[in-house]
Amino acid sequence: MRHLLSTGDLTRDEAVLLLDTAEEMRSVAERPIKKLPTLRGRTVVNLFFEDSTRTRISFEAAAKRLSADVINFAAKGSSVSKGESLKDTALTLQAMGADAVVIRHGASGAPARLAAAGWIDSAILNAGDGSHEHPTQALLDAFTMRRHLAPGQHGLDGRRVAIVGDVLHSRVARSNALLLSTLGAEVTLVAPPTLMPYGVDSWPVETSYDLDPVLPKADAVMMLRVQRERMNAAYFPSAREYSRRYGLDGKRMAKLPEHAIVMHPGPMNRGMEITADVADSTRSVIVEQVTNGVAVRMAALYLLLSGARDAASENTSDTTEGQA
Amino acid sequence: MTAYVIRNAHVLGTQVADLRIVDGVITDIGADLDTTDAEVVDATDLVALPGLVDLHTHLREPGREDAETVETGTRSAAAGGFTLVHAMANTDPVADTAGVVEQVWRLGREHGYCDVAPVGAVTVGLGGEQLAELGAMADSAARVRVFSDDGKCVSDAVLMRRALEYVKAFDGVIAQHAQEPRLTEGAQMNEGELSGVLGLTGWPAVAEEAIIARDVLLAEHVGSRLHVCHLSTRGSVEIVRWAKSRGIDVTAEVTPHHLLLTDELAASYDPIYKVNPPLRTADDVAALREALAEGVIDIVATDHAPHPSEDKDCEWAAAAFGMTGLETALSVVQQTMVDTGLLDWAGVAERMSAKPAEIGRVAGHGRPLAVGEPANIVLYDPRSTRVVRPEEAVSRSRNTPYAGRELPGRVVATFLRGRPTVLDGVVVEEVAA
Amino acid sequence: MSAHTSDSTVVLDSGDISRALTRITHEIIEKNRGAAQVVVLGIPTRGVELGRRVAERMGEVAGHPVPYGSLDITMYRDDLRMKPARALEKTDIPVDLDDRVVVLVDDVLFSGRTIRAALDALNDLGRPRAVQLAVLVDRGHRELPIRADFVGKNLPTSLAEQVKVAVTGLDDRDEVRIVSAPKGAGA
Repeated sequence: MRHLLSTGDLTRDEAVLLLDTAEEMRSVAERPIKKLPTLRGRTVVNLFFEDSTRTRISFEAAAKRLSADVINFAAKGSSVSKGESLKDTALTLQAMGADAVVIRHGASGAPARLAAAGWIDSAILNAGDGSHEHPTQALLDAFTMRRHLAPGQHGLDGRRVAIVGDVLHSRVARSNALLLSTLGAEVTLVAPPTLMPYGVDSWPVETSYDLDPVLPKADAVMMLRVQRERMNAAYFPSAREYSRRYGLDGKRMAKLPEHAIVMHPGPMNRGMEITADVADSTRSVIVEQVTNGVAVRMAALYLLLSGARDAASENTSDTTEGQA
Repeated sequence: MTAYVIRNAHVLGTQVADLRIVDGVITDIGADLDTTDAEVVDATDLVALPGLVDLHTHLREPGREDAETVETGTRSAAAGGFTLVHAMANTDPVADTAGVVEQVWRLGREHGYCDVAPVGAVTVGLGGEQLAELGAMADSAARVRVFSDDGKCVSDAVLMRRALEYVKAFDGVIAQHAQEPRLTEGAQMNEGELSGVLGLTGWPAVAEEAIIARDVLLAEHVGSRLHVCHLSTRGSVEIVRWAKSRGIDVTAEVTPHHLLLTDELAASYDPIYKVNPPLRTADDVAALREALAEGVIDIVATDHAPHPSEDKDCEWAAAAFGMTGLETALSVVQQTMVDTGLLDWAGVAERMSAKPAEIGRVAGHGRPLAVGEPANIVLYDPRSTRVVRPEEAVSRSRNTPYAGRELPGRVVATFLRGRPTVLDGVVVEEVAA
Repeated sequence: MSAHTSDSTVVLDSGDISRALTRITHEIIEKNRGAAQVVVLGIPTRGVELGRRVAERMGEVAGHPVPYGSLDITMYRDDLRMKPARALEKTDIPVDLDDRVVVLVDDVLFSGRTIRAALDALNDLGRPRAVQLAVLVDRGHRELPIRADFVGKNLPTSLAEQVKVAVTGLDDRDEVRIVSAPKGAGA
């Protein structure tokens, strides 16, 4: 792994390695000293062209727990908002010696462009690009699911996951659909037809326009944020109708199997896609997702930044010779 | 008096002959012509075609001289084998008055590399609200016959109807950029499986096809001539085929890049592949090639759209639409149409010279290679190959989608009314009369 | 996993290893006057299995269970920038380490860098009263001022040689061999 741009780039082994590594990272959070010297002297830049305090502080905490130096480069109030191009920003970061750039950008493919255009040598971590992908969110979702639904196992084989809502505009849904199927889960996307991406038939998922029949078989249900503005673009008639057909309320939650968990990538629109009683219920793992986010991002930073490139797939258990 | 004898050319790829050119006119065609007082150009193994005519070029002057000028654009055209290009109206100021079109036309004459036929805007400022002074542009020295808001669609049905009707007075044609605006708000690439995966807003084929369908019906209703710019989908081909079968006076063009490239290239997120209309699927490409071979699509037009590097050195969504194309057009047509057996060189001449000149109603271009005709000639070596290097472009801009790609063929010489604008593959300096 | 390369010599067989571990067990108990405060932490991968065996033997001798666990030092290595990223191993600390005697167990002591990393890692986990080191093989070539308190066998080697340790549980036998062929042969 040189960059983390799309969960579609991850092999099953790489995905499992990330989750296993995150498992160890998570235990660090339970220690008295929550810091590791691993990335001492390395510089991680959080390059955020969109506001996302949640994701930014999660990456910041992850990098700091690994002792990296963190530079937050927010577009607002910087030269970026004065029209500086992505290229010039990249050249600046290159000159500053950034080892990793965590980028959040409104344009799909901006991280891929940064990784491929030759402007900068750093490892690039996609922290959400347009309506394309958000790989670390999917990794933390998969991590959370594995802890609850498949403890002690490598993948999520045979687990059923429903992803519900504005799939069309959701980078979380794309990254999850790819990653979860790589890990062996059976994913069903649930959305009104207007919010289902064109060509979704070619994705490794099932689809449904109806939420109710999906719930009794689901091991996990992930509710996506739906922006009210979408209704102005005629994706659905009203917030009320959307909630009635696709929102998760207590009554619908009761249709889930006993062990099923409820997830949301946040920030939630309480009352829109999820009711408060569901969000705050014991089935909800939404707060835990945040905790796991730091561990997963530590794992990603560690695997991308430590050592030589293309390392993740190397068998490292053969350490019997003298100095391992 | 300037005289040239072109030796051993494969005229339209068939008969080998010498051509004698005197004072801008082809005076003799035959074997072993007398070379007295003439410069000899050896054309052994070269194909001789009539000078190419492009119905769709963006020369950017006035307004975006950082991307291209009439001078650099016409040099680029000459290097690609063109002797006439139509300069699109989306300049700054827009070519919506007699003054602007005459300026562009005159710049073309002054530089002398390639004739320039300005295209007039259909609506004032390309605003889509009020007809521009089409008659004044037609009556100007530039003799405008092609009108287009290219870059924008004349989406208002009433305005389109009126424009189609109005230009009948001077045998003009409306060249429509078929793009339903509401269906393509924020659109970035062909809407298909890939756009969904890449998270780029889709540009559905129906946004093009719906406008073409409406326009051919309008053209039929008012008995006017319609030209469809850069047709890009299988569905568009079917609509044009249907319209022609009904006897509707419609012509259509396809760009070289839509004959070769597919939407898969967008997966790189490299905006060098961002173009309007977007690159489509392999199935669309196959349909376009067939349609061009059949004549359902009448012509190849480059839609040469130069942009400065900063407009492409960025993220996909922020990048400008468009690709350069003049210098690679003939090579791409050879690769996609000739080398595949779909067209012979006579067919290429028809689609890249005769027919575009006819649609544009321009005199002295697109004429056959025959005695007494103007000596607009391109000599082309179909057997050589080259790797496209953007830094070698004659155009001021470097946004070719073929960078690093090997293409067949090379323009060896171009003659504009008997004067070489390109010799030995190099643009001739100081050609201006 | 055992490499059958041509130039290899078995230096400890399973009987030798068993006797060495028994001796180390007794030495630890003797040095610490019993096993009451001792925690055994093995360094992955093979140190964990060796540590488990030592702790169990100590328990038998002392008559009470001796806590044991594992201490992964990957995140504390000083060569992370040079070597490919490694999968992390388990860190499993069975009891609070404060004021205990931690006995680190590893298979081979070589440059000393692993132990340096282990000391750093311990530092972040608690404040033991003392840290001691037990290794199955000490092959020399130290690069840091570190020495083992308990050694199964001192094994003079050249830098060109490799010491391969196999332990049942992870491998198909108990064995230590010296391999003079370059790494990767017969893999």
